Amino acid sequence: MGNIIKIAIRNLLRYKRRTALTATLVTLGVVFVLVFTSIAGSFKNMMIGQITDSMLGHLQIHRKGYVAAIESLPLNMNIKQAGYQKLEAILKQEQGIVAYSPRIKFGAMFSNFMETTNIRLNGVDPQQEFATVPLLPDRIVSGSKTLKKGQILVPELLAKGMNVKVGDTVVVVATNQSGSVNGKQFVIGGILESATGPGGRDGYIHFDDAVELLRMEQPEISEIAVRIKDFGKLHKLEKRLKAAVTAERNTLGAPLFELHSWEELSPFAKIAKMLNLMTVFIKAMLIAIVLISIMNVMIMAVFERIREIGTIAAIGTPPATIRTLFLVEGLCLGLFGALVGNLVGIGIVLIVNLMKLTFSFGQQTGLVLKAAIAPSDIIMVSLIVVVVSVLATLQPALKASKMEPIDALRHV
Amino acid sequence: MALVIAEQVRKVYHSGETEVEALKGVNFRIDSGSFVSFVGPSGSGKTTLLNLIGCLDAPSAGTLTVADTDVATLDRTSGAAFRGQQIGFIFQDFNLLPVLSVFENVEYPLLMVKKTSEAERRERVMALLAAVGMTEQAIKRPDQISGGQKQRVAVARALVTNPKLVLADEPTANLDHETAFMVINLMKQMRDQFGTTFIFSTHDPRIVGEAEVIHCLEDGILKGTELKGGAA
Repeated sequence: MGNIIKIAIRNLLRYKRRTALTATLVTLGVVFVLVFTSIAGSFKNMMIGQITDSMLGHLQIHRKGYVAAIESLPLNMNIKQAGYQKLEAILKQEQGIVAYSPRIKFGAMFSNFMETTNIRLNGVDPQQEFATVPLLPDRIVSGSKTLKKGQILVPELLAKGMNVKVGDTVVVVATNQSGSVNGKQFVIGGILESATGPGGRDGYIHFDDAVELLRMEQPEISEIAVRIKDFGKLHKLEKRLKAAVTAERNTLGAPLFELHSWEELSPFAKIAKMLNLMTVFIKAMLIAIVLISIMNVMIMAVFERIREIGTIAAIGTPPATIRTLFLVEGLCLGLFGALVGNLVGIGIVLIVNLMKLTFSFGQQTGLVLKAAIAPSDIIMVSLIVVVVSVLATLQPALKASKMEPIDALRHV
Repeated sequence: MALVIAEQVRKVYHSGETEVEALKGVNFRIDSGSFVSFVGPSGSGKTTLLNLIGCLDAPSAGTLTVADTDVATLDRTSGAAFRGQQIGFIFQDFNLLPVLSVFENVEYPLLMVKKTSEAERRERVMALLAAVGMTEQAIKRPDQISGGQKQRVAVARALVTNPKLVLADEPTANLDHETAFMVINLMKQMRDQFGTTFIFSTHDPRIVGEAEVIHCLEDGILKGTELKGGAA
C-alpha cells in the first residue's frame, strides 16, 4: 500500500496547479463547514443555555394536562403532596439528575400602594432553584443574588413600570384554588433581568411564602424543573424518566403526570432545529463541492492517462490494483483538503474567539460568542470528505480498472 | 520445446457492419529461448498477432497456446496474472511511467505484480540496470533520458519478472538506426544471458536480419518462415 500511496501522490503532483485548485476547493469547503458549525453551534448552545439554565431547566414534570393550560396557571392542576413524593422518589433514583426544583406557579396582583398590575410568580426553594437553573442569580441585576423569605424578585420591566426598586415594600394579592383572596407584603430583594422565552418575565418568591399566600394546607406543586448532568444525553434520560413518570396512573388507568423537555416547552427549539438544518445543508454543500471537484479531477486524470493504464494493465497489474491506485489518489486529495481545512478552520475559530464578538439574544445584549469546534465535528467533517472523495473517485477508478489494455494502448 | 503454438488462429474485428479479418488462419510454433521476428508491411497483422500472444486479446477462432496455456481461457484478472508472471512487454513508445524514476520503472512489476521483497527487488533491478547499462541513470526520470535509454529501461522492465517470453511491438520504430541496432543487440544479449524468448515485430528491413527466425506476414496470412544461423 505504501508504494500505491507514493505513486498516487506523485501522480497528483504531476499536475500541481490542478491538484492545488482541487485541494483548495476541498479545503475551503471544510473551513466553511467548520467555522459555520462552530459559530452556529456556539450561538445555539448559548441560546439553549440561556433558556434552560436561567428559566426552564432541562426537563419539567407537571400534572397531566397542565402544560396545555399553562397560560392560565391553573392552581387546580397542581400536583398534590402524595404525588410530589412519588415523583421525588423517582427523581432521587435517577443518577443522571443533578438537581430539581419544585415550583408553585400562579398569577397575582402586584401593588406598590399607588398602582397595581398583574404578575406571574414562581414560589421556589432558592437553594433548589438556583441549583436547577444556575444562571438565574446572574439575572438579578440589582440586589443580592439570593432570595429570602419575605422577599420578592421582580422582573426588570415591571419594576420600571411600577417605579419600584430594591428595598421597597410591595403587596402581592392572590386568589387561591378555592377562590379566597389573600395578600402579603414583600420587600423587593432584587430586580430580574428579563429573559427571552417562557417564564422570562416571571417574578420569584420563596416557596414557603407562596404556600402561605395561597393558603395551602399542604404544599401543592405546579411543576418540577429538572437539571441533568450531561445535556448530550438529554433524550435518553428523558425517555427513561418519561417511562417512570407516566407509569404513575390514576384509578381509571390514565397517566397522572407528564414530562416535557425544554424543546417541547420553548419555541426556541425550532430555531435550534433550523440551525441544525442549516448545518446539514452546509454539509450537503461540502459533499457537493468535494464530489464535483474530485470527480472532475479524477475523470480528467483517467482520460489523460489511458495509455499509462494500458501499459500497467499489459505488464500484469491486476484490475483491483489499478482501481486502488486511482482510489488512493482521490483519497489523498480528500485527506489533504480535510487536514488543511481542519487546521485553517481551527485557526479561524481561534481568531474569532480572540476578537470577542458579541451578539444579542432577545433582551440580553453583549453576549460574547464563544465559538468552539467539537472533536466530533472535526471527525464528522473529515469522514464526510474522505468518504465522498472515495465515492467521487469510484466511477473513474472503475472505468480505469475495466479498460481493455489493448484499447488503452491504442489510445492516442 | 515450443513456448508458443498457433493453430489456425483467426482474428476478426468488427467495426459497425464492417468485418475485417486481421489474421486468416495462422499456424506457427516458437521455441523457448528463440529470437523471433514477425515482419510485414503495415496492416499485415503483426500487432494483432503480438497482442494475441501477449494475452491482450483473444483469437476469434483457432487455438493459441502460450506457455502451455490456451489464451482464450483467460479472463481479465487471470490474463493480467498470466502476463505478469510469464510475459514481458516492450512498447514502440517505451511507455515508461513518467512519475517514476528509471529504477522505480524497472521495479514496478516486482512491486505491483510479483510482490517481491525489497532486498530481492533491489538486487534484481540493479542487476538488470547494469545489464542494460543504465545504472548511472537509475534515479533519473524518463523525461531526463534519451529515447534509446528509455528503450533500454523498457527492456530491463520487461525482463525484471524473469518472464518466459518478451514481446516487443516495433521496439525500434521511434529510434534512429544506430540506437535501433543497439536495442536489438541488447535484446539478443539479454536472451543469451537470461534465456528468455524474444518475439518482436518490425517492418524495418535494416533490423529484420537481426532475428534468428523471421515469420513473414502479409494480409493476415503467414507467407513464410526464414531460419537464420543459430536458430534451432
